[in-house]
Amino acid sequence: MNWIVTENNKKINALDIPAVSIEEIKSDIENMKMRVVGFFGKQEYENVRLYVVMADDKIGKLYVTSTIFTPNMKSYESFTQKFPAFHIFEREFYEEFGIEPLNHPWLKPVRINQDKYPFFEMQGEDIHQVAVGPIHAGVIEPGHFRFMCLGEKVYDLEIMLGYQHRGVEELFLKNKRYNNRLAESVCGDSVIAYNMAYSQAMEALSGTEITSKAQIIRRVALEMERIAIHIGDMGAIAGDMAYLMGASIFGITRTLVINTMLEISGSRFGRGLINVGGVNFDIDDKMSDKIIEMLDGVAKTVDRTTKVMLKTPSCISRMERTGCVSAENAKALGAVGMAARSSGVDIDTRFDFNDKWYTSLDVVKPFKATGDVHSRFMLRYKEIKQSMQIVKKLLAKLKEFKSEAIKVTPNNMLAPNSFVISMTEGWRGEVVHIALTGANGELLRYKMKDPSFNNWYMLAMAVRNNGVSDFPLCNKSFNLSYCGNDL
Amino acid sequence: MLDTIKLKYFQGNQFIPDIPNAPMRSQFRGFPILKKCEGCTLDESICPTGALKANPLSIDMGKCTLCGECKCEAVQFSNYYKLASTDRNKLIVTEDMTPEEFAKTAIEARKEIKRVFSKSLKLRQVSAAGCNGCEMELNACSNCNFDMGRFGIDFVASPRHADGIVITGPISENMAYALEDCYKSTPDPKIVILAGACAISGGVFQNSSKLNREFLEKYPIDLYIPGCPVHPLTFINGVLDFISKK
Repeated sequence: MNWIVTENNKKINALDIPAVSIEEIKSDIENMKMRVVGFFGKQEYENVRLYVVMADDKIGKLYVTSTIFTPNMKSYESFTQKFPAFHIFEREFYEEFGIEPLNHPWLKPVRINQDKYPFFEMQGEDIHQVAVGPIHAGVIEPGHFRFMCLGEKVYDLEIMLGYQHRGVEELFLKNKRYNNRLAESVCGDSVIAYNMAYSQAMEALSGTEITSKAQIIRRVALEMERIAIHIGDMGAIAGDMAYLMGASIFGITRTLVINTMLEISGSRFGRGLINVGGVNFDIDDKMSDKIIEMLDGVAKTVDRTTKVMLKTPSCISRMERTGCVSAENAKALGAVGMAARSSGVDIDTRFDFNDKWYTSLDVVKPFKATGDVHSRFMLRYKEIKQSMQIVKKLLAKLKEFKSEAIKVTPNNMLAPNSFVISMTEGWRGEVVHIALTGANGELLRYKMKDPSFNNWYMLAMAVRNNGVSDFPLCNKSFNLSYCGNDL
Repeated sequence: MLDTIKLKYFQGNQFIPDIPNAPMRSQFRGFPILKKCEGCTLDESICPTGALKANPLSIDMGKCTLCGECKCEAVQFSNYYKLASTDRNKLIVTEDMTPEEFAKTAIEARKEIKRVFSKSLKLRQVSAAGCNGCEMELNACSNCNFDMGRFGIDFVASPRHADGIVITGPISENMAYALEDCYKSTPDPKIVILAGACAISGGVFQNSSKLNREFLEKYPIDLYIPGCPVHPLTFINGVLDFISKK
């Protein structure tokens, strides 16, 4: 096995990354039994170099290797046949570099050429198709869904995305300064998670050590983001079941959390809070008390509303056994984050990848997952409670570091020939940023992976054999990101 | 049923009674206040979107993400949130301009618009590569706090039912066709509203090669609502000032 072992947010020398044959990588992956977090190419003169990053969640380590495709190597035997989790990564790699994974079961566009998208077809007298999007009925992002139905029942759903493609990865390379504002706008519902992943990657590359105080404030913000979005999603799930009381109450309860965020950072979603080198706004004792008071109030409302919802038969019957994904399928598809946990795949980068601020908190994460909408609803509820606990513990810890500065001046030069993987567990799941620098410390490749990138196919699996009218409910229970996928 | 009624009782009334004069938290970064500052040199390049110009001092709210990166003696952000304007050029805030001065001339709508839309305005929103920030805030406009529906302003599911479209996001190449299609499907008379820095100027994505902003040159734009993302109060008040007869 020829792989470099590394950790989250640890800089390694890019020249140390081995270049092996693609067959060797494939046989290694078979033996490793780990999950993929990175599979992307980079142009190296006339060659294309493919980097593969695997994660071992049990011991919190990352494994990196690479292979080189010379100009006459135009194809390779696809990984997806054996490991379905690679399907979207291989499609992306093919789209960007034109190197074809042979015998890929569904080699379709990811972000471009939507007009040439080859949809699956079903034949038969009673078969009908339902096409939805790119513009949806609600105020949400664009994407196209194609249902193959027999009567009310969905046989298959195909999801065609790419409408949000803005070339963000390229834009990161064009910048001469640190661009936290761009990082925040990659995915506007995970502002803190993206900005944190970006900042940590840049800090690792530039050798900037930030203060403990800044680290704690970042994590407080990250958990508040999780609380806010989860509450909003519970409201949206209630709304899609036509339980309007739930929709209204969760909606206004979310406002309390994001308005507290506004008081901390001047923006309801925490924009402008994090910069490379630390944070821009302090949380003093007064603010800390305010946050705790707010959370206590919110906890009461969320508890009460959830309890009533779970006593309402019409809610339970809509949620239970709707949109099921088994643990086996979730694992095979490489699902991550909240959606994976709700199907019983217990991965959480906050705790798995040795983050001293989280591992020292002593919080429990027991959850009996059933993989349906009810499971995702309940997981959100439990994660809200868990995050509240975490925020309180972090705020108590913050008092120990009162005298520290909130930011340091970052080193403006990135280390040359370096490679770093930065993972942050946003509310949706792991946000992975991978940065690679060249001989003069310039950014050569910036690769991002949103949890949605893995999880969109999970949604397609979830709606199989459900009524087409349950699709909005399933969709909302995942609440995946379009822009995080399309970049 | 009884539990549900109890739930409602515990919530009380949470709507904001007076939207046009709703108080805003002091920490909110809104209308920029620019003052001449002797002996200080502003570095334009700290602005991620090129909204800040040092000589003469000005901030283009159509580009500004209100991130506060440029905050100093000369540049302060007030919590004034009514930032909308019918004229793109008026979004450029210059030295010593006060929010009151800006508000006086910012929104000048034609009489016909007020006549046709003042009681009811149905909007179709198109997210053209928006990051979901503006989308979440536009959704929040219809929640129980802001309750935009009380003014007869609503988001509808189909462009056929709409009186206008609201565009968020920098308009990616891939969305250009769908956006134009949506606009054409909206019956006349119709209005176009741009919400957020991305829609107005491309925002942080303005240098991307994957955008196609031809739509904005082809069709008239009626209202610009800055923000990153647009605050619900900015949006509702912007639209209200645009349609209400006063």
